[in-house]
This record gives sequence, C-alpha cells and structure tokens, in this order.
Amino acid sequence: MAISTAPPRPRRRDDTRLAIAFIAPALIGFLVFMVWPTLRGIYLSFTKFNLLTPPEFNGLDNYVRMVQDPVFWNSLKVTVYYVFVNIVIQTVFALVIAVMMQRLTKRTWLRGVILTPYLVSNVVAAMVFLWILDYQLGIGNKVIEMIGLDRIAFLSDSAWVIPTIALINVWRHVGYTALLIFAGLQTIPETMYEAGRMDGASEITMMRRITIPLLRPILALVLIITVVGSFQVFDTVAITTRGGPVDSSRVLQYYIYDMAFGRFQFGYASAMSVALLIILVIVTFVQYRLTRAESSDLS
Amino acid sequence: MSTTTTPIAVPAGRTAEAPPPRRPINIGRTLAWVFMVLVIVASLFPFYWMLRTALSSNNALYAGSDSVLPVQFSWGGFERVFGLQTGQEAIDAGGAGQPIAFWHYLLNSVIVSTLVTGGQVFFSAMAAYAFARLQWRHREKVFGFFLAGLMIPAIFTLLPNFVLIKQLGLVDTLLGVGLPTMLMTPFAVFFLRQFFLGISREVEEAALVEGASKVRVFFRLILPMSSAPLATLAILTYITSWNDYFWPLMVSYTDRSRVLTVALGVFKSQTPQTGPDWAGLMAATLVAALPMLVLFLFFAKRIVNSIGFSGIK
Repeated sequence: MAISTAPPRPRRRDDTRLAIAFIAPALIGFLVFMVWPTLRGIYLSFTKFNLLTPPEFNGLDNYVRMVQDPVFWNSLKVTVYYVFVNIVIQTVFALVIAVMMQRLTKRTWLRGVILTPYLVSNVVAAMVFLWILDYQLGIGNKVIEMIGLDRIAFLSDSAWVIPTIALINVWRHVGYTALLIFAGLQTIPETMYEAGRMDGASEITMMRRITIPLLRPILALVLIITVVGSFQVFDTVAITTRGGPVDSSRVLQYYIYDMAFGRFQFGYASAMSVALLIILVIVTFVQYRLTRAESSDLS
Repeated sequence: MSTTTTPIAVPAGRTAEAPPPRRPINIGRTLAWVFMVLVIVASLFPFYWMLRTALSSNNALYAGSDSVLPVQFSWGGFERVFGLQTGQEAIDAGGAGQPIAFWHYLLNSVIVSTLVTGGQVFFSAMAAYAFARLQWRHREKVFGFFLAGLMIPAIFTLLPNFVLIKQLGLVDTLLGVGLPTMLMTPFAVFFLRQFFLGISREVEEAALVEGASKVRVFFRLILPMSSAPLATLAILTYITSWNDYFWPLMVSYTDRSRVLTVALGVFKSQTPQTGPDWAGLMAATLVAALPMLVLFLFFAKRIVNSIGFSGIK
C-alpha cells in the first residue's frame, strides 16, 4: 500500500498482522469445533446431562456405571469382533489386489473400477446389500439356493450379522485400501524383483521375501488408518440392523448414539466416548510399536 | 477411434510392442486375471442390481426375483422417489403413502457440500499460506498445535459439537450441518502447506520486489499456481461431505435441512415392513449415489492418483 516513499530494501520480514488475518478463520474453526468440543466432551463425561437442563457434576458416576454395564461390555466385544473380521478380510484382499495390479496392469481404469464402491456413502452400500442379502427376495440368497445350500438370514441371525456388516464395509473400502497399498508398492525398486527373478525365485517367494518386508511401514500406516476407522463403525449398523437382533450388532458407537439421542443421557454417552477415544489412542500406539512403522528394511 | 486420419498410432501399439520376449501364458497369470475379473464383477454388480431393481415394478419383484433384467420395466420407483405419484398410486405400487421429494434433499446435499467444500478449501489455503510462507512468531508452535488435531478422531467431537450447535440455535439448519467442517480440517491445512512449501520462492520474490503485496501474491500467484492440488482437495472434500451420515443425522430433523444420506435412511424406515418397496428404495439409493459416480466419471484419474501417501507422510 504505502510502498512508494519508503526505502524498499530491508523489507520487514515480519508478517504477524497479515498472518493473523490469514489463519483467523481456520484457527476459529479449529478452536471452536475441535479443541473446545474435545475438552467439553471430557468434561461432560463427569456430569449428568440431559441437554435440557445444565450439566450437573457427578464425579466418576458415569465411569462406575460403565464398568458395571453389561451392555457396554457386550458392545465393546461386538465392536472388537467386528474390527477383527473387517480388518483381516479387508487387508488380505487389499494386499492381494494391490500385488496383482502391480503385476498384471497399472492401468488407471482398473484402479478406477476397484475404487468405485468407495465413492458412494456407507448408507448407499448398506441399502444395496440389505436388498441383495434379503432373506426372501435377495439375489444373494437365490444364488445360495441355486448352489444347493440353505438360505441365510444374513442380517437377522445373530451369528451372521457382524460378519455380514463387516463384509459390506469391506466391499466399500477394500478398493481404497488396495490403492493405498498399491501406492506403497510403487516405492519398491523394480531392480529388487529383477534380482529375485535372476535367482529363480517364484512369485510367492518374492512376495514373502521382498514385497512384505519392504512394504511393512506402509502396511503399518494402512493398518492404523483402517483399524481406527473400523472402530468407529456406525452408518451400516444404523441402516441395516439398528443394533439387533437383540444386542448382537450393537457396536459401541451405535450404543453411544442411542444413549445420547434415544435416552438423552449425554453424560453417560460422553463417558463411553472417552473410553472409545482412549481405546483408539492405545490401539494406535501399540500398532505403531508392534509394526515399527518408522523403519523400513529398504535403505 | 472412428475419426481415423493418420494410420500411425493404432496399429503401432499392436504389432511393434505386442510380442516382447515374454514367457508363454502361464497358469499363475491366468488365475490372477480370473481373480481380478471376479473383483471387478463384485465391485460393479451391486450398482447394476440397484439399476435393475429401480427400473422394475415393485409388485413383480416377488415373482421375478432372479431375473437378470428389470422385471416389468417401470419408472414407478423413480416417480415415487420424486413425489410424482399420488399417495394412493404409491401405496398400490407397494410404496409408502407419505409424499417424499428427493429434489429437495438433493438440493440440500448440494448446498451443504458446496458450502463445506468452498469454505474449507479456501480458509485452509489461507492458513496453509500463513504457515508456509509468512514470517511470524510462534508459527511452528501454532502449526504443531494444528497437527495435533489430526490425532482427535472426528467421532469424539460429534456429541459436544451437537451441544454447541444446539446452543447456537443452528439445529435443523443447513448452516448447522455444514459449519463444523466449513472452516478447516487439519488435513486440508497440512496437505496444502506441503504443496505451498514446494512452490519456488523466486517467482514470489520477483512479484514482491515489483511492489505486489503478499495478499496479492497469494490470490494472483499462489492460488492459480496451486490449482491442481486445490482441485483434488476440493473434489475429495465434496465427496466426503456428500457421503457423511452420522453428523447430519444428529443435526437435521425435518425436510428443512435433511440431506440425501439421512433422507435415504428415513425413506427406508417409512417403507412397509412386510414387503418393502424395493423398487422405490433402490431408485432412491441410485439417486443418492449417482452424483458422486458422475463426478468420478469426470475426475477418475485425478481421484485415483490422489490416493497415496504424499499427503499423509
């Protein structure tokens, strides 16, 4: 603005005012919608709060209740079971798909096709599988019958419900995970495989001896991202089963939602959210350590 | 393909490159392709099935549940979704009597996703520029603080944010649905900062010497030069916002602010419990999915290539 008269050279290298203006919107968003709610969520977990009257401090009551609540423990168990099934199947499939893409073709169209389910919402995925797996009319059960097996009540049989929800989410997320792993595979130098081939190594040996070890840091990162995401499962359950039959698909996040919006016990719901937060922090930390995410065998 | 004028490109690929000294077709490779084809079918079949069901008459689905093509072709499903059938017609066709108007939810979704994307990308870009290029005290500390935000799982802030939105009187408004993600996400700031750091300083210095202000440099130089990552971020943000369910489920109660994902859930719960209106439900599902599929058709390459670790690591 007033540059013309002042000597131009030693420019003031301090942009504090401008910087404040530039970060102000983002900083407000960060403080108001991330930092403040985090602190407030922790605070609310020590209160009795029904949303209509101000929160009343009640010490550790919510936590005591949580420890004694069989539904909470059950939902924790259901969630862990879900995460286990979901992650194992998804990671194995994603890894195989990624390696095959690497070996067969690196064409973008193929990656595009594989990513397509990721583009639609969990709600859409849940709806279409609700239909495909319908006990009466679903094409899935028609095919099962054609093969000569008995129909399966995928979403209303307590033994099937969690594996089914896990598979629905695998359908939506496996392509994305495969592409993450595929991106990691591009970092492994082709010369490694050439050397392997020279020594007469089979594809399987190369997979075990070259791909997996060199991919480890990427896999670790992928696992951390997917496990943390998997623990937060909600949408699919809300659309397909609403926690049933009985409590067999009542995952933690759904229980929290139900407690807050079904029964207006925001204090107790917050306490369970804190528990989930702590679990996620621990899981992340342990995974990071176990898989030694920071070190690669390459280098 | 059809406008063949120069006979160079097409045959060259076939004859010259085709037979490199590769081993004859081996079983492993064939099996791998078979597996890949199965993966492709599994990825795409549900979309076809949505379309096939949406174009069937609901009442005919019982008899023709294993037909590969639409059973008794009908636009009825879509007509119910867009409120073009009267209550009685809809009930006769196996649907719910309440009128629903997906145009309205479609519009709500467009408004929310546009607000969130526009705001988030723009404000995050400003912050990222301040972190990448402006000189100010405590810059690194504040940035570290932002980064710590990446560690907070979004799900943890939902309940307290709902309490806040309620106190602000924004429950059941489109602004309430959009606001928490409209100003920033730590990821967006981080992603753009990385990119801005990579822009050569020389061009910027030249503009400054010529007397341009830093604000001008940001708008006239940095933003245009970063159009590619900005576009990628915008597309990804739009998709995420469009597909979000949990947060809008908490905030929107009526048609005033209901977005497509939530509307789909409501539509599902309204359908008759015995003998649901699958044709209508699948038509609605397709309507909710289609905008993102079209977006993907246009930007597939950009979206596919954006998935990697450049932004995260």
